Amino acid sequence: MTTHVAHPDLPPPSTSIGAIAWLRANLFSSWLNSLLTLGSVYLLYLTIPPLISWALINADWVGTSREACESGGACWVFVGVRMNQFMYGLYPETEYWRINLAAVLLVVLMTPLFIKRFPWKRWLVPFVLFGYPVIAFVLFSGGVLGLEYVETSRWGGLTLTLILSSVGMAASLPLGIVLALGRRSHMPIVKSLSVVFIEFWRGVPLITVLFMSSVMLPLFLPEGTHFDKLLRAMIGIALFQSAYMAEVVRSGLQAIPKGQYEAAQALGLSYWQSMGLIILPQALKLVIPGIVNTFIALFKDTTLVLIIGLFDMLAMIQAALADPNWLGYAVEGLTFAALVYWVFCFSMSRYSLALERKLHTGHAR
Amino acid sequence: MAAEHPSQDSTGKVPLWRQPTFRAIVFQVLLVLCLLAFGNFLLSNTLQNMEQRGITTGFGFLDNAAGFGILQSLIPYDETYTYGRTFVVGLLNTLLVAALGIFFATFLGFFIGIARLSHNWLVARLATVYIETFRNIPLLLQIMFWYFAVLRPLPLPRQSLSVGDSVFLNNRGLFLPRPIVEDGFGLVVAALLVAIIGAVLLTRWARRRQEASGQQFPAGLSGFVLIIGLPLLTYWVSGSPLHWDYPVLGGFNFRGGLEVIPELAALVLALSIYTAAFIAEAVRSGIQSVSHGQTEAAYALGLRPRVTLKLVIIPQAMRVIIPQLTSQYLNLTKNSSLATAIGYPDLVNVFAGTTLNQTGQAVEVIAMTMGVYLLISLVISLFMNWYNKRNQLVER
Repeated sequence: MTTHVAHPDLPPPSTSIGAIAWLRANLFSSWLNSLLTLGSVYLLYLTIPPLISWALINADWVGTSREACESGGACWVFVGVRMNQFMYGLYPETEYWRINLAAVLLVVLMTPLFIKRFPWKRWLVPFVLFGYPVIAFVLFSGGVLGLEYVETSRWGGLTLTLILSSVGMAASLPLGIVLALGRRSHMPIVKSLSVVFIEFWRGVPLITVLFMSSVMLPLFLPEGTHFDKLLRAMIGIALFQSAYMAEVVRSGLQAIPKGQYEAAQALGLSYWQSMGLIILPQALKLVIPGIVNTFIALFKDTTLVLIIGLFDMLAMIQAALADPNWLGYAVEGLTFAALVYWVFCFSMSRYSLALERKLHTGHAR
Repeated sequence: MAAEHPSQDSTGKVPLWRQPTFRAIVFQVLLVLCLLAFGNFLLSNTLQNMEQRGITTGFGFLDNAAGFGILQSLIPYDETYTYGRTFVVGLLNTLLVAALGIFFATFLGFFIGIARLSHNWLVARLATVYIETFRNIPLLLQIMFWYFAVLRPLPLPRQSLSVGDSVFLNNRGLFLPRPIVEDGFGLVVAALLVAIIGAVLLTRWARRRQEASGQQFPAGLSGFVLIIGLPLLTYWVSGSPLHWDYPVLGGFNFRGGLEVIPELAALVLALSIYTAAFIAEAVRSGIQSVSHGQTEAAYALGLRPRVTLKLVIIPQAMRVIIPQLTSQYLNLTKNSSLATAIGYPDLVNVFAGTTLNQTGQAVEVIAMTMGVYLLISLVISLFMNWYNKRNQLVER
């Protein structure tokens, strides 16, 4: 009796595996797709090589004056020469170490927060939120401990951008939570006040808010009160963004099932206990992407302070563009600024994605 | 015997200060009192400060002569007009830039959003790169980039870039042929209106007939032909009542034609490119929100892909897209106030800028400016509520 011996498996057709199959499935699946692919490749061919040769190959990197830029590519010398001003603004050069120290301190304090099993987190978090700002303010402003006094009008550059956005974030989140709770409150006056407050700030552009804070706040306060320009801008930004934050938090509160509220009440928890222990932890977790998006918007919006005469990074770059020794390098200056802002915003959005994935404790689909 | 509840006293009644309603009333009364005190504090300070600085109050300043020129105006304006007129000029300029921005951003946004979902790997990647690039760069920076780095360094009018001797681009702006309307043109407009009404009626009739009999009628295509064809026909019959005024180089700049100042061009470019990235995300999320089961069900019923898209996917996706789209339109309108950074004469630049500086009446000017934007957002959110109510998912 003959036994049946199977032939060895034939390899799949060469067109259905490997690179060729991938190309056929993803780039040339129909005549329309082939056309789109070829068009895109042509578009890339038109833009990418000239861009690379302008920004990297033909660019000038070293030098101290515009004479160093004659190769026809990008003149990064301009950015290099002005780098200190872009980073520190008009801060006195001998005092740069104070900003650097504050930055290093922040990194040192923040790193353990990202380590999962770091034991003293419950002490570190309040310190970062409440202790560190005091230290940073003393370092930046000086006037005590033998540090030279530097008035806020000389703060600037990327430093100012970061100060404005971190203060804005730290102020707008709690304010937004309070407003969101107010909007969902059963007390009619509290509710309507919150609605009016939120809708007012959401309805006007930030510029008018900044104009208002710079021309009207001095009128609102008693005669002779000195009100720092930077502080006024911070108040404007924080109030403005807190309204957006409130709407984000509210959407999270609405997503929590009613049973959670009722369960908290049934356990005898007070309003603040049930909010703080049951509702908010769940609601905030749900809306992390929205919160981070608001933070990103806030970070981008800090550029608007240049219109009321504060020198954030974009304003320093704009000032550098007007320097008669360096006329005509707007593309380089603004590209550099765009790159810096992009890196910050993009990493924030990626971090929020990662956080969302990490905190997703429900049933993954 | 039930244990006595701790919040009850010996008579078994809940004391007043533990009753939620009582506490709510007390809290709200206190809140209102605090706010009134705060408001009074601000008001008295403001009045006192204004008196000391000699600032007049009231809206009388609106009738005074403005005495400054404005770069671009849609209505007749020169230095002799009043501050009230500057308000209108600024407002119209804001609306112009918002309308142009919304128009271009919608087209670009839908295009990119659909490209992002393309099965073509390269196209989808390019769309992703576009979205991630432009929405992560501050809008102000983009406006400045287009203005200072792209449009300002363009050649002088004599060396303008030109397309077919009718469109010119130089550092003074973009010059297009201007359509000059002649007598019979009203007929063409009337024909267009008739065609639009006809197309709407046709669509309604087609839908009713389909619901009644199941027979389909290519209403979209015939409506399109009607809207394009009827005005063209009228135009041809009435003897082409339209000619073009071409820009001509004379002296140092172009004369005639339609001039788009570089400030406007930079602003519209930046606003539409920036907002398009957000609209694209809205479109993508809308289309992805329609579950794949819907498509499969439609195919199972024997609908062809094109019909599935038209009757199943798009109506459901629009329910998600439209609210996000309107909020982006609102953002675009508010963001157009960034015009002031490059000197485009919008409401904030002309009115909250120059007029405020000249008159010093900060409270009135800022209130009017904010009022305009508040009104716009109020109108749009009313529309949104109406739309949401109308298109809510009817669940049984």
